[in-house]
Amino acid sequence: MSRYSIFSLVRNALSYHENWSAAWRSPEPKAQYDALIIGGGGHGLATAYYLAKEHGMKNIAVLEKGWIGGGNTGRNTTIVRSNYLWDESAHLYEKSMKLWEGLSQDLNYNVMFSQRGVYNLGHNLQDMRDIQRRVNANRLNGIDGHVVSAQEIKQAIPEINIDQGCRYPIIGASFQPRGGVARHDAVAWGFARGADRAGVDIIQNCEVTAIRQENGVVTGVETTRGAIKANKIGVVVAGHCSVLAEMAGFRMPIESHPLQALVSEPIKPVINTVIMSNAVHGYISQSDKGDLVIGAGIDSYTGYGQRGSYSGIEHTVAAICEMFPMFKRVRMNRQWGGIVDTTPDACPIIGNTPVKGLYFNCGWGTGGFKATPGSGWVFAHNVANGEPHELNRAFALDRFVTGFLIDEHGAAGVAH
Amino acid sequence: MLLIKCPWCGERDESEFSYAGEAHIARPLETEKLSDEAWADYLFMRKNPKGAHREQWLHAAGCRRYFNAERDTVSYRISATYKIDEKPPRDQSRNQS
Repeated sequence: MSRYSIFSLVRNALSYHENWSAAWRSPEPKAQYDALIIGGGGHGLATAYYLAKEHGMKNIAVLEKGWIGGGNTGRNTTIVRSNYLWDESAHLYEKSMKLWEGLSQDLNYNVMFSQRGVYNLGHNLQDMRDIQRRVNANRLNGIDGHVVSAQEIKQAIPEINIDQGCRYPIIGASFQPRGGVARHDAVAWGFARGADRAGVDIIQNCEVTAIRQENGVVTGVETTRGAIKANKIGVVVAGHCSVLAEMAGFRMPIESHPLQALVSEPIKPVINTVIMSNAVHGYISQSDKGDLVIGAGIDSYTGYGQRGSYSGIEHTVAAICEMFPMFKRVRMNRQWGGIVDTTPDACPIIGNTPVKGLYFNCGWGTGGFKATPGSGWVFAHNVANGEPHELNRAFALDRFVTGFLIDEHGAAGVAH
Repeated sequence: MLLIKCPWCGERDESEFSYAGEAHIARPLETEKLSDEAWADYLFMRKNPKGAHREQWLHAAGCRRYFNAERDTVSYRISATYKIDEKPPRDQSRNQS
């Protein structure tokens, strides 16, 4: 499999681009691997990539029940930022941000990471106090960010409505210049190609139906394509983690909810940054194709159906129209939903489980996309060494027993 | 949009209701003797099944009373609603114990 470069582009142009090799293989599953990763989304593929690259494990497989990146990886609104309040999450998301900044070069695959900045709007005095506190905490952790006024927002984004007479007036915002967006499909494909080049078997259409264990030690899985043995298994299945945990015989503090997003018809460039509001549950950016990418809140009820409620769309579109009155005439093109695994403290669960050799990486809730490289990087360390990295130690499952919760509802909210 | 049958008021639009989480979780007795693990199980651990789910709803913009519902978490079809003090309807699902 060749490296992508200007020379490979020219060489393939000579044969009318008909001879590009596939970006990854589709191998038959072997009977045994050194490690298995269940879940072929961005986080699972990143885990496999870093297991091969950083920890020298080559005999590993990623099991995906559907197709690569067909779940939440291809359903989010592609926002990347690291401006979280508490030290534990700030360090984890900032690790991810640093990986994002070199990711296209590292993967030899253009993930179209664009640091166009992220605004988090405040609509009342308490919002602004929280924003100031969060920005100060970020800066103490070496994360960029500053507080901006409504006038400064208006200067940067002339289309925005800062009229103080509306229901949720915009008073100010936090701004993280290094935040931005990345193309989510390319992230999945880039990690898949990178993992495959390092020897990882990516097995699609392979659903895990049971987790085998002996005396509290994991020994392998049953799948729709036969039994596979492994002594190390990493589960990275987002919304379905409770289902997998039930197979393994323990309970998770997770509730799965539908989260939806929608895109408009493509229009000329109008928004060159990312604008998010936790209070009115709307966030918006514009893709390179020209469509406005709009994220909504989660539906209140639990659900595994990959679709969102109509009341959710109405709520979000109303908020967007108040923020950007000129978008009232834009037509929406597509709407879809993903299943997000929410935790009581809005922080992920990454680490060991009651079953030896079985590791879980889940609970990213509404905001996992931004963490894709960092999540894979720390989880690869955890799977390879059998114990957590310093960056994910605080995110252990047992924090719900010890009480050391990391309350990120303020910085996480629903708006990612 | 869900059409939810409140046991007191009858069928109403989803927007009148608030979701209130998994049903039939009893607060443990003798909490002073409860272990941290048992507290965690009561406070945080949830069944979160893929399939039939018994859950609480509040008719917030109606009679403002809580009730229980059995709903499929994949199709979202509500098979039954019943009052808080009533026993759940006969179980046909695979995910409930």
